[in-house]
Amino acid sequence: MDATTFKLLAAGLAIGLGAIGPGIGQGMIAAKALEAIGRNPEASGKITPMMFVGLAIVESLAIYALVIAFIILFGF
Amino acid sequence: MKLEISLAPETVFHLGSFPVTNSFLLMIIVTVFLIVFAIVITRSLKPVPKGWQNIVELLIEGGRDFIRETIGDEKKTMKVFPLVFTLFIFILTANLINFIPVQQSLFINNGEKMVPLFRGVMADYGMVFVLTIITVLTVQISGIIMCGPFGYLKKFFNFKNPLTFFVGLLEFVGELSKILSLSFRLFGNIFAGEVLMSVMLFLLPFLVPLPFMALELITAIIQAFVFSMLTLVFIKMAGEMEEH
Repeated sequence: MDATTFKLLAAGLAIGLGAIGPGIGQGMIAAKALEAIGRNPEASGKITPMMFVGLAIVESLAIYALVIAFIILFGF
Repeated sequence: MKLEISLAPETVFHLGSFPVTNSFLLMIIVTVFLIVFAIVITRSLKPVPKGWQNIVELLIEGGRDFIRETIGDEKKTMKVFPLVFTLFIFILTANLINFIPVQQSLFINNGEKMVPLFRGVMADYGMVFVLTIITVLTVQISGIIMCGPFGYLKKFFNFKNPLTFFVGLLEFVGELSKILSLSFRLFGNIFAGEVLMSVMLFLLPFLVPLPFMALELITAIIQAFVFSMLTLVFIKMAGEMEEH
Protein backbone atom coordinates (compact mmCIF):
# COMPACT_ATOMS: atom_id res chain seq x y z
CA MET A 1 0.00 0.00 0.00
CA ASP A 2 1.62 3.23 -1.07
CA ALA A 3 0.89 6.84 -0.30
CA THR A 4 -1.67 7.34 -3.07
CA THR A 5 -3.79 4.46 -1.83
CA PHE A 6 -3.77 5.84 1.69
CA LYS A 7 -4.64 9.30 0.38
CA LEU A 8 -7.71 8.02 -1.43
CA LEU A 9 -8.74 5.92 1.54
CA ALA A 10 -8.30 8.84 3.91
CA ALA A 11 -10.37 11.18 1.74
CA GLY A 12 -13.15 8.66 1.42
CA LEU A 13 -13.26 7.97 5.13
CA ALA A 14 -13.10 11.67 5.99
CA ILE A 15 -16.25 12.60 4.15
CA GLY A 16 -18.00 9.29 4.71
CA LEU A 17 -17.74 9.30 8.48
CA GLY A 18 -18.01 13.06 8.66
CA ALA A 19 -21.46 13.11 7.10
CA ILE A 20 -23.09 10.75 9.61
CA GLY A 21 -23.50 13.22 12.45
CA PRO A 22 -24.75 16.18 10.43
CA GLY A 23 -27.13 13.88 8.56
CA ILE A 24 -28.79 12.77 11.78
CA GLY A 25 -28.79 16.32 13.12
CA GLN A 26 -30.42 17.79 10.03
CA GLY A 27 -33.09 15.12 10.05
CA MET A 28 -33.95 16.02 13.63
CA ILE A 29 -34.09 19.76 12.82
CA ALA A 30 -36.45 19.21 9.90
CA ALA A 31 -38.59 16.80 11.94
CA LYS A 32 -39.03 19.28 14.77
CA ALA A 33 -39.74 22.11 12.37
CA LEU A 34 -42.43 20.10 10.56
CA GLU A 35 -43.94 19.09 13.86
CA ALA A 36 -44.08 22.71 14.98
CA ILE A 37 -45.68 23.76 11.68
CA GLY A 38 -48.18 20.94 12.03
CA ARG A 39 -49.21 22.19 15.45
CA ASN A 40 -49.48 25.82 14.40
CA PRO A 41 -49.74 26.25 10.63
CA GLU A 42 -49.98 30.04 10.86
CA ALA A 43 -46.49 30.30 12.34
CA SER A 44 -44.89 28.62 9.34
CA GLY A 45 -43.72 32.01 8.06
CA LYS A 46 -41.53 32.40 11.14
CA ILE A 47 -40.48 28.79 11.54
CA THR A 48 -39.30 28.12 8.00
CA PRO A 49 -36.49 30.73 7.81
CA MET A 50 -35.21 29.68 11.22
CA MET A 51 -35.25 26.07 10.07
CA PHE A 52 -33.15 26.95 7.04
CA VAL A 53 -30.65 28.81 9.19
CA GLY A 54 -30.38 25.86 11.55
CA LEU A 55 -29.89 23.51 8.61
CA ALA A 56 -27.13 25.70 7.20
CA ILE A 57 -25.26 25.83 10.49
CA VAL A 58 -25.41 22.07 11.05
CA GLU A 59 -24.52 21.42 7.43
CA SER A 60 -21.32 23.38 7.91
CA LEU A 61 -19.92 20.49 9.97
CA ALA A 62 -20.29 18.19 7.00
CA ILE A 63 -18.70 20.87 4.86
CA TYR A 64 -15.66 20.96 7.16
CA ALA A 65 -15.23 17.21 6.60
CA LEU A 66 -15.58 17.73 2.85
CA VAL A 67 -12.96 20.48 2.82
CA ILE A 68 -10.54 18.22 4.71
CA ALA A 69 -11.19 15.50 2.13
CA PHE A 70 -10.43 17.96 -0.67
CA ILE A 71 -7.25 19.14 1.02
CA ILE A 72 -6.10 15.56 1.42
CA LEU A 73 -6.86 14.77 -2.21
CA PHE A 74 -5.55 17.88 -3.92
CA GLY A 75 -3.23 19.51 -1.42
CA PHE A 76 -0.77 16.78 -0.65
CA MET B 1 -10.72 13.45 -21.10
CA LYS B 2 -9.52 13.89 -17.58
CA LEU B 3 -11.48 15.77 -14.95
CA GLU B 4 -9.36 18.52 -13.42
CA ILE B 5 -10.24 20.02 -10.08
CA SER B 6 -7.90 22.37 -8.30
CA LEU B 7 -8.28 23.81 -4.83
CA ALA B 8 -6.65 27.11 -5.72
CA PRO B 9 -7.95 29.32 -8.52
CA GLU B 10 -5.91 29.28 -11.71
CA THR B 11 -4.06 32.28 -13.06
CA VAL B 12 -5.55 33.68 -16.24
CA PHE B 13 -3.11 36.44 -17.14
CA HIS B 14 -0.52 38.66 -15.52
CA LEU B 15 -0.74 42.41 -15.00
CA GLY B 16 2.94 43.23 -14.77
CA SER B 17 3.96 40.85 -12.02
CA PHE B 18 0.50 40.54 -10.43
CA PRO B 19 -1.19 37.25 -11.32
CA VAL B 20 -4.89 37.72 -12.06
CA THR B 21 -6.86 34.58 -11.25
CA ASN B 22 -10.23 33.68 -12.69
CA SER B 23 -12.18 34.29 -9.49
CA PHE B 24 -10.46 37.67 -9.12
CA LEU B 25 -11.64 38.53 -12.62
CA LEU B 26 -15.21 37.60 -11.76
CA MET B 27 -15.00 39.58 -8.53
CA ILE B 28 -14.02 42.71 -10.47
CA ILE B 29 -17.01 42.15 -12.74
CA VAL B 30 -19.34 41.72 -9.74
CA THR B 31 -18.04 44.88 -8.08
CA VAL B 32 -18.35 46.96 -11.23
CA PHE B 33 -21.86 45.62 -11.80
CA LEU B 34 -22.97 46.51 -8.27
CA ILE B 35 -21.51 50.01 -8.43
CA VAL B 36 -23.04 50.74 -11.83
CA PHE B 37 -26.39 49.32 -10.68
CA ALA B 38 -26.37 51.51 -7.57
CA ILE B 39 -25.49 54.64 -9.54
CA VAL B 40 -28.16 54.00 -12.17
CA ILE B 41 -30.87 53.35 -9.58
CA THR B 42 -30.12 56.42 -7.49
CA ARG B 43 -29.79 58.78 -10.40
CA SER B 44 -33.47 59.69 -10.40
CA LEU B 45 -35.02 58.94 -7.03
CA LYS B 46 -38.78 59.42 -6.89
CA PRO B 47 -40.76 59.87 -3.65
CA VAL B 48 -43.25 57.30 -4.92
CA PRO B 49 -41.02 54.53 -6.25
CA LYS B 50 -41.73 52.41 -9.25
CA GLY B 51 -39.90 49.73 -11.12
CA TRP B 52 -36.39 48.81 -10.01
CA GLN B 53 -36.34 51.39 -7.24
CA ASN B 54 -39.32 49.58 -5.72
CA ILE B 55 -37.50 46.27 -5.58
CA VAL B 56 -34.34 47.79 -4.14
CA GLU B 57 -36.29 49.66 -1.47
CA LEU B 58 -38.11 46.45 -0.59
CA LEU B 59 -34.80 44.65 -0.11
CA ILE B 60 -33.23 47.42 1.93
CA GLU B 61 -36.23 47.87 4.18
CA GLY B 62 -36.59 44.14 4.68
CA GLY B 63 -32.94 43.91 5.68
CA ARG B 64 -33.19 46.88 8.02
CA ASP B 65 -36.31 45.53 9.74
CA PHE B 66 -34.71 42.14 10.19
CA ILE B 67 -31.61 43.72 11.72
CA ARG B 68 -33.71 45.91 13.97
CA GLU B 69 -35.65 42.89 15.23
CA THR B 70 -32.40 41.15 16.10
CA ILE B 71 -30.56 44.05 17.68
CA GLY B 72 -33.47 46.01 19.09
CA ASP B 73 -31.86 49.45 19.20
CA GLU B 74 -32.47 51.97 16.42
CA LYS B 75 -29.10 53.73 16.68
CA LYS B 76 -27.11 50.52 16.72
CA THR B 77 -29.10 49.26 13.77
CA MET B 78 -28.02 52.19 11.61
CA LYS B 79 -24.38 51.61 12.60
CA VAL B 80 -24.40 47.91 11.89
CA PHE B 81 -26.66 47.93 8.83
CA PRO B 82 -24.13 49.03 6.17
CA LEU B 83 -21.63 46.26 6.86
CA VAL B 84 -24.15 43.45 7.24
CA PHE B 85 -26.22 44.42 4.22
CA THR B 86 -23.15 44.97 2.03
CA LEU B 87 -21.84 41.54 2.95
CA PHE B 88 -25.22 40.03 2.11
CA ILE B 89 -25.60 41.75 -1.26
CA PHE B 90 -22.00 41.15 -2.28
CA ILE B 91 -21.99 37.44 -1.42
CA LEU B 92 -25.45 36.97 -2.94
CA THR B 93 -24.49 38.61 -6.24
CA ALA B 94 -21.15 36.81 -6.32
CA ASN B 95 -22.87 33.47 -5.85
CA LEU B 96 -25.76 34.09 -8.20
CA ILE B 97 -23.60 35.34 -11.05
CA ASN B 98 -22.40 31.78 -11.52
CA PHE B 99 -25.77 30.82 -12.91
CA ILE B 100 -25.64 33.03 -15.99
CA PRO B 101 -25.54 30.67 -18.98
CA VAL B 102 -22.43 30.12 -21.07
CA GLN B 103 -19.92 31.72 -18.73
CA GLN B 104 -18.76 28.53 -17.02
CA SER B 105 -17.74 26.93 -20.30
CA LEU B 106 -15.41 29.66 -21.52
CA PHE B 107 -11.81 28.54 -21.45
CA ILE B 108 -8.64 30.48 -22.04
CA ASN B 109 -5.12 29.41 -22.73
CA ASN B 110 -2.90 30.92 -20.07
CA GLY B 111 0.37 29.98 -21.65
CA GLU B 112 0.59 26.47 -20.23
CA LYS B 113 -2.86 24.88 -20.48
CA MET B 114 -6.53 25.66 -20.91
CA VAL B 115 -8.09 27.00 -17.74
CA PRO B 116 -11.69 28.12 -17.17
CA LEU B 117 -12.09 31.86 -17.61
CA PHE B 118 -14.55 32.31 -14.73
CA ARG B 119 -14.78 30.57 -11.40
CA GLY B 120 -16.96 31.20 -8.39
CA VAL B 121 -15.83 34.28 -6.46
CA MET B 122 -16.27 32.58 -3.11
CA ALA B 123 -14.55 29.41 -4.33
CA ASP B 124 -11.28 31.19 -3.67
CA TYR B 125 -10.34 30.70 -0.04
CA GLY B 126 -8.30 33.90 0.04
CA MET B 127 -11.38 35.97 -0.77
CA VAL B 128 -13.50 34.25 1.88
CA PHE B 129 -10.71 34.57 4.43
CA VAL B 130 -10.51 38.32 3.87
CA LEU B 131 -14.27 38.71 4.37
CA THR B 132 -14.04 36.66 7.56
CA ILE B 133 -11.17 38.77 8.88
CA ILE B 134 -13.21 41.92 8.21
CA THR B 135 -16.09 40.40 10.18
CA VAL B 136 -13.93 39.27 13.09
CA LEU B 137 -12.10 42.59 13.34
CA THR B 138 -15.41 44.45 13.31
CA VAL B 139 -16.76 42.20 16.05
CA GLN B 140 -13.72 42.75 18.26
CA ILE B 141 -13.66 46.50 17.70
CA SER B 142 -17.38 46.85 18.35
CA GLY B 143 -16.98 44.80 21.51
CA ILE B 144 -14.21 47.10 22.70
CA ILE B 145 -16.27 50.19 21.84
CA MET B 146 -19.46 48.96 23.48
CA CYS B 147 -17.94 47.46 26.64
CA GLY B 148 -14.84 49.54 27.15
CA PRO B 149 -11.38 47.97 26.67
CA PHE B 150 -11.02 46.50 30.15
CA GLY B 151 -14.62 45.39 30.30
CA TYR B 152 -14.14 43.50 27.08
CA LEU B 153 -10.92 41.86 28.24
CA LYS B 154 -12.61 40.85 31.47
CA LYS B 155 -14.88 38.60 29.47
CA PHE B 156 -12.00 36.38 28.52
CA PHE B 157 -9.54 36.75 31.39
CA ASN B 158 -11.29 37.08 34.70
CA PHE B 159 -9.56 35.72 37.74
CA LYS B 160 -12.45 35.50 40.18
CA ASN B 161 -12.24 31.75 40.50
CA PRO B 162 -10.67 28.96 38.45
CA LEU B 163 -13.98 28.03 36.82
CA THR B 164 -14.62 31.41 35.26
CA PHE B 165 -10.97 31.59 34.22
CA PHE B 166 -11.36 28.32 32.35
CA VAL B 167 -14.62 29.43 30.77
CA GLY B 168 -12.93 32.65 29.71
CA LEU B 169 -10.14 30.70 28.03
CA LEU B 170 -12.71 28.58 26.24
CA GLU B 171 -14.43 31.72 24.98
CA PHE B 172 -11.09 33.01 23.72
CA VAL B 173 -10.50 29.81 21.76
CA GLY B 174 -14.07 30.08 20.53
CA GLU B 175 -13.34 33.51 19.11
CA LEU B 176 -10.41 32.12 17.15
CA SER B 177 -12.41 29.18 15.92
CA LYS B 178 -15.08 31.55 14.60
CA ILE B 179 -12.62 32.55 11.89
CA LEU B 180 -12.24 28.96 10.75
CA SER B 181 -15.90 28.08 10.98
CA LEU B 182 -17.23 31.17 9.19
CA SER B 183 -14.75 30.93 6.34
CA PHE B 184 -15.00 27.18 5.86
CA ARG B 185 -18.78 27.27 5.81
CA LEU B 186 -18.95 29.72 2.92
CA PHE B 187 -15.92 28.40 1.05
CA GLY B 188 -16.88 24.75 1.48
CA ASN B 189 -20.43 25.22 0.30
CA ILE B 190 -19.52 27.15 -2.84
CA PHE B 191 -16.44 25.09 -3.73
CA ALA B 192 -18.20 21.78 -3.10
CA GLY B 193 -21.06 22.99 -5.29
CA GLU B 194 -18.63 23.70 -8.10
CA VAL B 195 -16.89 20.34 -7.77
CA LEU B 196 -20.23 18.56 -7.67
CA MET B 197 -21.32 20.38 -10.83
CA SER B 198 -18.15 19.50 -12.70
CA VAL B 199 -18.35 15.86 -11.64
CA MET B 200 -22.02 15.63 -12.60
CA LEU B 201 -21.46 17.27 -15.96
CA PHE B 202 -18.53 14.96 -16.53
CA LEU B 203 -20.53 11.80 -15.82
CA LEU B 204 -24.08 12.52 -17.03
CA PRO B 205 -24.38 15.83 -18.85
CA PHE B 206 -28.09 15.72 -19.74
CA LEU B 207 -30.98 16.42 -17.33
CA VAL B 208 -29.37 14.78 -14.29
CA PRO B 209 -27.38 17.85 -13.13
CA LEU B 210 -30.61 19.87 -12.89
CA PRO B 211 -31.62 18.89 -9.31
CA PHE B 212 -28.04 19.55 -8.21
CA MET B 213 -28.14 22.97 -9.85
CA ALA B 214 -31.40 23.74 -8.05
CA LEU B 215 -29.82 22.73 -4.76
CA GLU B 216 -26.80 24.87 -5.50
CA LEU B 217 -29.06 27.86 -6.24
CA ILE B 218 -30.80 27.49 -2.88
CA THR B 219 -27.45 27.05 -1.16
CA ALA B 220 -26.07 30.22 -2.75
CA ILE B 221 -28.86 32.34 -1.31
CA ILE B 222 -28.89 30.65 2.08
CA GLN B 223 -25.13 30.86 2.57
CA ALA B 224 -25.10 34.58 1.83
CA PHE B 225 -27.90 35.04 4.34
CA VAL B 226 -26.22 32.88 6.99
CA PHE B 227 -22.87 34.66 6.68
CA SER B 228 -24.33 38.13 7.13
CA MET B 229 -26.67 36.98 9.88
CA LEU B 230 -23.82 35.39 11.81
CA THR B 231 -21.90 38.66 11.50
CA LEU B 232 -24.89 40.44 12.99
CA VAL B 233 -25.27 37.94 15.83
CA PHE B 234 -21.57 38.06 16.70
CA ILE B 235 -21.60 41.86 16.83
CA LYS B 236 -24.64 41.73 19.08
CA MET B 237 -23.07 39.12 21.35
CA ALA B 238 -19.81 41.02 21.61
CA GLY B 239 -21.59 44.09 22.88
CA GLU B 240 -23.28 42.36 25.76
CA MET B 241 -21.74 42.67 29.18
CA GLU B 242 -21.40 39.52 31.20
CA GLU B 243 -24.10 39.64 33.80
CA HIS B 244 -24.30 36.11 35.07
